[in-house]
Amino acid sequence: MLNPTFAPSSAADTGPATPYDEMLDASNQPRPHCRPYQAWLAAQPADVLTAKRAEADAIFHRVGITFAVYGEGGDTERLIPFDIIPRIIPQDEWRTLETGLKQRVRTLNAFIHDIYHDQNILKAGIVPTEHILGNAQYRPEMQGIDVPGGIYAHIAGVDVVRSHDGLYRVLEDNLRVPSGVSYMIENRRMMMRLFPELFAQQSIEPVGHYPDVLLDNLRSVAHGSVSDPTVVVLTPGAFNSAYFEHAFLAQQMGVELVEGQDLFVRDDMLYMRTTRGPQRVDVIYRRIDDDFLDPLAFRDDSMLGVPGLLTVYRAGHVTICNAIGTGIADDKSVYPYVPDMVKFYLGEEAIIQNVETFMLRNPQHLEYTLANLPKLVVKEVHGAGGYGMLIGPAATQAEIEDFRGRIKAYPERYIAQPTLALSTSPTFGPLGIAPRHIDLRPFVLSGKDITIVPGGLTRVALREGSLIVNSSQGGGTKDTWVLAGVGS
Amino acid sequence: MLSRTADHLYWMSRYQERAESTARMLDAHARLSLLPRPPEAVLQGWTATLVSLGMEETYNEQHDEVTARSAFDFLAFDTTNSGSIVSCLRATRENARAVRGTLTSELWETLNTTYLESRAISADLPEAARREFLEWVKYRSHIARGITSSTMPRDEALCFTRIGTYLERADNTSRMLEARWRDPGGQGERLNEEASEWAVLLRAMSAFETYRRICRAQVTPKQVTELLLMRDDVPQAVHRCLAELQRDLKTVGNNRSDETLRRAGELHAQFHYGLFDELAADGITVLLDRFQSRLRDLGQRIAEDFLVPLGAE
Repeated sequence: MLNPTFAPSSAADTGPATPYDEMLDASNQPRPHCRPYQAWLAAQPADVLTAKRAEADAIFHRVGITFAVYGEGGDTERLIPFDIIPRIIPQDEWRTLETGLKQRVRTLNAFIHDIYHDQNILKAGIVPTEHILGNAQYRPEMQGIDVPGGIYAHIAGVDVVRSHDGLYRVLEDNLRVPSGVSYMIENRRMMMRLFPELFAQQSIEPVGHYPDVLLDNLRSVAHGSVSDPTVVVLTPGAFNSAYFEHAFLAQQMGVELVEGQDLFVRDDMLYMRTTRGPQRVDVIYRRIDDDFLDPLAFRDDSMLGVPGLLTVYRAGHVTICNAIGTGIADDKSVYPYVPDMVKFYLGEEAIIQNVETFMLRNPQHLEYTLANLPKLVVKEVHGAGGYGMLIGPAATQAEIEDFRGRIKAYPERYIAQPTLALSTSPTFGPLGIAPRHIDLRPFVLSGKDITIVPGGLTRVALREGSLIVNSSQGGGTKDTWVLAGVGS
Repeated sequence: MLSRTADHLYWMSRYQERAESTARMLDAHARLSLLPRPPEAVLQGWTATLVSLGMEETYNEQHDEVTARSAFDFLAFDTTNSGSIVSCLRATRENARAVRGTLTSELWETLNTTYLESRAISADLPEAARREFLEWVKYRSHIARGITSSTMPRDEALCFTRIGTYLERADNTSRMLEARWRDPGGQGERLNEEASEWAVLLRAMSAFETYRRICRAQVTPKQVTELLLMRDDVPQAVHRCLAELQRDLKTVGNNRSDETLRRAGELHAQFHYGLFDELAADGITVLLDRFQSRLRDLGQRIAEDFLVPLGAE
């Protein structure tokens, strides 16, 4: 696979097709699994929906489910817009997705373990060595370290999209500190509060037990000698934009929410400072990046981490979730090789496909991309959050030329993909109900077993025609329903 | 519990209490302004309040003269004054937000709502609405305290919350008394007027009816002061606050807090067993000064024993 045969698909050549609508079929009729909801929705007067949406906003403000934005001239707090129309997934589709996601995350954990031990996949020539060892996400400190159960990515937030042909595809594997799960839970609570009748009428898989599953999962990866492990959530602090989620998860799990300053290392053990003296910590669910974890080992200007943490970790006296160095497996330059990894580690075919990806370090791919920029999406290999990308069909000529220059200068920093017609879902906007593009982030937990709470976070691009669902760029969220199997 | 968590809870409730007590001081002024007093007495009253709150200097940096209106605005609405009511409500909420996982969601949502609503309020309120604002601050504080007591588990978190409350309340009660004693208008010879000024203080502290029930007498400065310092059965009284404080400190006591507990007990004993006339032998303002400095000492010791990280050295 070092030189994959180059044959761009027709999707890449023709640009976006008609998107798949999650609620309605080609003849504008509700899909079978959406009929009960659609019938209910059709009976709702618009002013009722408007009032419900206002009520949702007021509750989100009061509960403080907000992003804090601290700027000059006072502070503002922003809501992530919540759409009151759910995204509905039928049971059989979910089963396939679930099996595929478990397969994928099992593979990625095997890959990370392999990279930090024998590197068989590099020796076999499946993934190019220079992609890995020269990658900023590769952590030499992890080489030869054994982590409990061989699990690195304990919490994965895999971004899945549905293309025009109705197939689910993985867009990104988020294996570092994926966020958003609190919105999955809060969106459900909000829907149950606003529309209890819907939940009485239909059988929808619950998601509220996620914190219990997460706590079990974190406890299951504690170091072997501990019988009753102490788990903490490590946050950068109240000014972080995802602080609500950190506090929420700690509270729901009943564990301490700590900052770096609350922890210290003594005799190769990790402790937290309490009103009754030091108390040992066994498992850290960290919500800060590798670079900031330990100023002695990584960035020495970090005020967020714990000096000496890496030493404790290497001695096997604390479990860090996710492990240090997982970024090597969700890097955009490694992503194209995941289907081959599935074959290599599990001997199986990948159940969920990737999105076709052109690696611009490859001259053929580069040539094709430069010739087709107006049709393609170009992403920085290390970019995230919807920044540093070009969406060809939506870009101006100047933007395209700007990217052309940047790509030519550093082709290895970019990948390109056909512009996907992300599936759409009816969304309630200021002008009524209209289709908007969505994606899906299910949360995959790996410990003793692999568990996925049925559902995930559905993000929606609220601007008409927009394909960017990130909350930093005007995206919103929806409740995600997986319909229960029997009797639904 | 985490020392930092205890610290946030402690300051959360201190700021909450401070917002309420500042509202009570302003309420006292609003009530006084209805009495027939010479204008210079009114201004001296405001100056005495600023001095007793330790904010005279900050005020003078921003203002050329003391007027009723600007002093009120400074203490109620000025976001650049860290001791103003709106600043205290904000600090309450910021501390609560830092430990929102430790609070019950009812308590967090209440404190958050108070803050969000306070942001909509500004200094251009008409006179009547200003009184309403003070009522609102007290009301929100009552609600928060009620929710604290009816939803928070009986554990260390509640103890540190209460420790903050009672330390602050003891301090505030003594400062309100101090402001009244420092206000020359409050020491006049005209008994009726003086009585009504001290009655205003009692009303502002929601203690007038209690005074009547307990003292059954004409309102006099000495009796009001004695009531607010020495009574074990009056919730605003220093004695009561010290009793609560001592009890909660005992519950959270750790292996380095013995001396702090001893000092808290000693201070409590003064008001529990002491005679008011002996305590006030050197003058009431001296008594109040001494008390405030011992309270400051206690606050520092609590921070060192529980709130400042134990493993830091």
